[in-house]
Amino acid sequence: MNSLMPPNEEAKRTTAPAKPAAAAAAPTVTPAPAPAVSPAVPAANAVPAISVKGLSVFFGRHQVLKNVSLEAKASAVTAIIGPSGCGKSTFLRSLNRMHELVPEARMEGEIRLFGQDIYNRAVEPVIVRRRVGMVFQKSNPFPTMTIAENVTVGLRLNGVRRRDVLAERMERALRMVALWDEVKDRLHAPATSLSGGQQQRLCIARAIVVQPEVILMDEPASALDPIATAKVEELILDLKHSFTIIIVTHNMQQAARISDYTAFFYLGELVEFDRTAKMFTNPSRKQTEDYVTGRFG
Amino acid sequence: MDAANHRMRKFENGLMQVITCVCALLVITPLLLVFYHLIVEGLGSVNWAFFTQLPKPVGEVGGGMANAIVGTLTLLAIASVIGVPVGVFGGVYLSEYGSSRLNGWIRFTADVLNGVPSIIWGMVVYALALSVSADHTFSAWAGGIVLGMMMVPLIMRTAEEVLLLVPGGYREAAFALGISKWRTIVQIVMRTALKGIITGVLLALARVAGETAPLLFTAFGNNLFWNHNLSDPISALPLQIFNYAISPYDDWHRQAWAGALVLLLMITAINVGVRVLTSDRFRQSNR
Repeated sequence: MNSLMPPNEEAKRTTAPAKPAAAAAAPTVTPAPAPAVSPAVPAANAVPAISVKGLSVFFGRHQVLKNVSLEAKASAVTAIIGPSGCGKSTFLRSLNRMHELVPEARMEGEIRLFGQDIYNRAVEPVIVRRRVGMVFQKSNPFPTMTIAENVTVGLRLNGVRRRDVLAERMERALRMVALWDEVKDRLHAPATSLSGGQQQRLCIARAIVVQPEVILMDEPASALDPIATAKVEELILDLKHSFTIIIVTHNMQQAARISDYTAFFYLGELVEFDRTAKMFTNPSRKQTEDYVTGRFG
Repeated sequence: MDAANHRMRKFENGLMQVITCVCALLVITPLLLVFYHLIVEGLGSVNWAFFTQLPKPVGEVGGGMANAIVGTLTLLAIASVIGVPVGVFGGVYLSEYGSSRLNGWIRFTADVLNGVPSIIWGMVVYALALSVSADHTFSAWAGGIVLGMMMVPLIMRTAEEVLLLVPGGYREAAFALGISKWRTIVQIVMRTALKGIITGVLLALARVAGETAPLLFTAFGNNLFWNHNLSDPISALPLQIFNYAISPYDDWHRQAWAGALVLLLMITAINVGVRVLTSDRFRQSNR
């Protein structure tokens, strides 16, 4: 943890008006930085990073999510738990409109990102996804690209050309995911030459280099060994200072370890949503208790 | 009883193995025979002059097929300019955009087109050329266009297949970075499938390089001269082989054999290139 802090703070200092720190600290309707807003955490807590109201998602005739309402706080980790097929992933993907890639997908309700309706007709999905990044279960670095190219691809394909900017932001992102020391001597090796855990951290670096406000993680550690999992969990705890994180996990202990809030989904409905400490010690609903204690699911 | 049963089974097994082995050999034999025959008949006439000189008039010994070799390369170049972009982007449409119902029709059409006899392609382009200009019915353009049209469905289907092999996770990862769809397709998906696409293009080239029937109606051939204008008839190896082989002159027969050998070697070279490319891809995916 300690080794992670200096580059992080350095990043905050050197790029005062730029985003990762500022955006999370100063939630505004537009993604543009607003350095004028001074108090970091209290202000962030005022407007929820993600506010979901009455969300229902259908794939064809099949209703996957039923009237879900939930508010995720900024600069916090919100865990989504529930048995397979309960709609966790669909919920996560609706937060950056990725579920729309399925042709017959349809949604009702409202999702606001720092107050702005992301399903407004004037909002392009591409723009939403620049503000809400995503890390997948299976690490998926682009096989034709080097380690360095993988990290910067989100910048390069969105029009950033300057080499010094790319190099600087690549190094910062790789330091944030604690990968810099491991790969700095082979930045131009194929990304597929990394180990599974390193590939997943590379994918996290690729997601944060474009400086999103929210990062969605879909079981990011479920394909990793325990040591790599521990590294990713450590990383998540560290990243929440700069980003809002929403993570789907099958691992109850993981949810308890890393999240501040936990939402329990069952059969497409949000059963309970509360502080993680309460969810795992004194849940209000019987179903939640049964699930977190391993009695079903 | 049991022992007899066992012997019977063993015999059946052995018989099956022999039958399949013979069939496998039957696949290889024609290629070996063709190569053997071409080398025996043609190798003697493959010399420097064959690649550098124009054909000699009837009665004069010697000369070469330089104009036909260059003609074939010219026709393949024109065909590629037409067939590669249309075929590749058609494949991109099938794999990345189209609706499943429309795709079904497009695939069906492409498969039917792949089965259309090549002489019919030639007739179609001949009729088209005739309607455009009666003075230039036979031209390098027409020959290149007909070969290009034949390449389109071949390339489209292979391009689609290799693009579909690119895991959806890469597309999702790119979309999740806020990368637009067309950039994702060009920079991520097509780049990942590049070797497969090139393989498809080379196979299509190898396939049309030896086409003769459609060229009879279009490129037409000119047996003796360089082509200086793409609007004039142009010679091609398959055409030259055809014309020389049906002639009554022994020297021309030898040249036809040599031409056939060179054409087969060209096509074999393309296929070897394909093997090299695909084996490289195999190595990468195993790394």
